[in-house]
Amino acid sequence: MQIEVNNRPIEAQAGETILAALKRAGLSVPTLCHMEGLLPSGACRICAVEVEGQRSLIPACSYPVADGMKILTHSARAVAARRTIIELLLSNHPDDCLYCVRNNNCQLQTLAAEHGIAQRRFSGLKSDHTIDISGPALGRDPAKCILCGKCVRECEEVQSVAAIDFIGRGSKTRVGPAFNEGLNLSSCILCGQCVMVCPTGALFEQSHVKQVMAAIQDPEMTVVIQHAPAVSVTLAEAFGLPAGQDIAGTLTAALRRLGFDYVFDTSFSADLTIMEEASELVQRLTSGGTLPMMTSCSPGWIKFMEEFYPDMLGHLSTCKSPQQMLGAVIKGYWAVKQGLDPSKVYSVSVMPCTAKKFEASRPEMVHDGIADIDAVLTTRELVQLIRMHGLDVLALQAEDADRPFGERSTAGKLFGGTGGVMEAAVRTACFLVTGQDPEVMEVEAVRGLAGVKETRVKVGGLDLGLAVVSGLGNARALVEQVRQGRKDLHFIEVMTCPGGCIAGGGQLLGVDLAGVQRRLAGLYAIDAEGPIRMSHHNEAVAELYREFLGQPLSERSHHLLHTHYHRRDVVR
Amino acid sequence: MTDLQFIFQRYPGAKRDALIPILQEVQDVQGYLSRDSVIAVGQYLGLPASKVYGVATFYNQFRFQPLGRYNIQVCRGTACHVKGSLGVLESLKRSLGIDAGQTTRDGLFSIEVVACLGACGLAPVLCINGEFHGNLKPESLGKLLSTLRKEAAANA
Ligand code: SF4
Ligand code: SF4
Ligand code: SF4
Ligand code: FES
Repeated sequence: MQIEVNNRPIEAQAGETILAALKRAGLSVPTLCHMEGLLPSGACRICAVEVEGQRSLIPACSYPVADGMKILTHSARAVAARRTIIELLLSNHPDDCLYCVRNNNCQLQTLAAEHGIAQRRFSGLKSDHTIDISGPALGRDPAKCILCGKCVRECEEVQSVAAIDFIGRGSKTRVGPAFNEGLNLSSCILCGQCVMVCPTGALFEQSHVKQVMAAIQDPEMTVVIQHAPAVSVTLAEAFGLPAGQDIAGTLTAALRRLGFDYVFDTSFSADLTIMEEASELVQRLTSGGTLPMMTSCSPGWIKFMEEFYPDMLGHLSTCKSPQQMLGAVIKGYWAVKQGLDPSKVYSVSVMPCTAKKFEASRPEMVHDGIADIDAVLTTRELVQLIRMHGLDVLALQAEDADRPFGERSTAGKLFGGTGGVMEAAVRTACFLVTGQDPEVMEVEAVRGLAGVKETRVKVGGLDLGLAVVSGLGNARALVEQVRQGRKDLHFIEVMTCPGGCIAGGGQLLGVDLAGVQRRLAGLYAIDAEGPIRMSHHNEAVAELYREFLGQPLSERSHHLLHTHYHRRDVVR
Repeated sequence: MTDLQFIFQRYPGAKRDALIPILQEVQDVQGYLSRDSVIAVGQYLGLPASKVYGVATFYNQFRFQPLGRYNIQVCRGTACHVKGSLGVLESLKRSLGIDAGQTTRDGLFSIEVVACLGACGLAPVLCINGEFHGNLKPESLGKLLSTLRKEAAANA
């Protein structure tokens, strides 16, 4: 059908909203409460447009198009209404921009600037909510909240955690955990997806930038850093390059310029994880262990299981995540080999994830007072560090990561996206069972951004049921099926964030689905190029086993690379 | 939380729409909604605690602290309003340092806002543990509170 927007015809499809039609035609109206893929909530009204024949303004995000509809997106009336909404939102706002994490990256600030709001028109009582930094990874500043409700919906409808909700009513309404307590007592699994959708500085990660800079300045410390698979296909976007471009070499060069003494690649330990995890799977399959086995590299998911399904913890692989494996190997093996005192090694990671900060702080990840990982930077914090140092990233020559933990297979790199762990594990499990590499590398059925993917593969004589889910709402549904007796699955990959780490809660803000898609395509392109496409062909991993660990699931492996999880009592 | 079971029993297979009536019954029995009972109601109905707390705080009728030894009901009916009950309420809140629905730290006083106590002749009126105090002015509150404090100390 055709509709008319600002006196020009555009194509629209029956059943879609005005907003969807506008977007496709490259037109836009601002939105604050709208969430791609969820039902409209119509809470903010900032998207209101004028529709001929309608007396009041119409919210574009929730109103369906009709044939011949005539719309004005920026009529004087619509713009004035938007202005008023922004002015009302600002009426009790703390005006803290200069000291705000979201300064220069805030939708409220941008809207106010775009609408030329230079003066306070309404003066409301400033809300005196206290800042909550009780969580090990995230903080909240409810005074900056504009009550758009996106975090609440993300947490409940997408992640099925429902750690936060609206509290109270009227001018005292705020968003927070039950009993208005700290996030640390709640069921929050620290995925950071609420941060990704928040239009303001009301939600943020607990920054580790200061500690990391202090360690770099400390002449006694050897500071090492590892970067996660998803980071190198994301970082370029912060510097104006298209999504999905891999700049691993440039990233390494940048990290050295920032003062890190050694730069390692978490994809190396993703390969190590696969050696352990694929072996664990084969062992469970052949010796009657608990099945289906579920992956354990996503710390938000682990916390979710500890809180909501403590009876199902036996399904989790005992493998630590790649971040923690590399941390353990850096201090427990590499430092010693280098003649360094492990307590003088400061181990940092760059992660697309906020929950990794929590993971690093778990007591299971600390041995004799020495933590596997000392600080975790999100992709956003890395960008901040780079900017602070005035580095012109794009002018840097690519460099190789440090040996031995700079070497990776492309299977390890695939960990950055949903389905990647599964694909990498299947390649190596095939080798472990049959003694031969698979003929076809790709497991097409587990590729792509779908939230639930299932398939069956033949590995030697074994017929395996595989499931890949991302987003904890999808994970919950699958765990329920298993709990109720579903028997056809053997291995389940779970990533907490919808789409996997490439869309993690520590990634750059403001990316859309198409951008995430391109990051995933970036990972597939790296894999297609090879040359080493299987974790068991990673020479550095093989050497680590020869020199130190022995073999997968050895006693040393168990000591350093595996762990156990426990029931966690929180307010649910 | 065994004492809530007898309430839950009356709502077999209940869903979200039973939330408000159940919360009302719990408050009738316990005098307020404790942290534990909010969690228990959520578990019974399959609702997250954040949701139960969110819904409960939306309504003025629910309180989250036990009543004080002296529960001060402030009448906000029309007659009292005309005679300045808002000023009485504000001044009471200020002198006790709590909001309506809250209880002082020492457990002595709580404030409850009620619609009409039916004592319009005495407006503006407070009712403290069943006893009416009429024709109040914000200034007279200090004396009233200190009398109650003394009484409490004497009976401690
Ligand atoms: S949330 Fe946005 S508008 Fe508010 S202080 Fe922060 S940057 Fe400024
Ligand atoms: S971090 Fe995740 S679990 Fe925690 S409040 Fe945000 S969306 Fe919910
Ligand atoms: S915290 Fe952010 S996302 Fe949540 S309601 Fe407030 S402004 Fe919206
Ligand atoms: S974006 Fe349409 S009402 Fe908020």
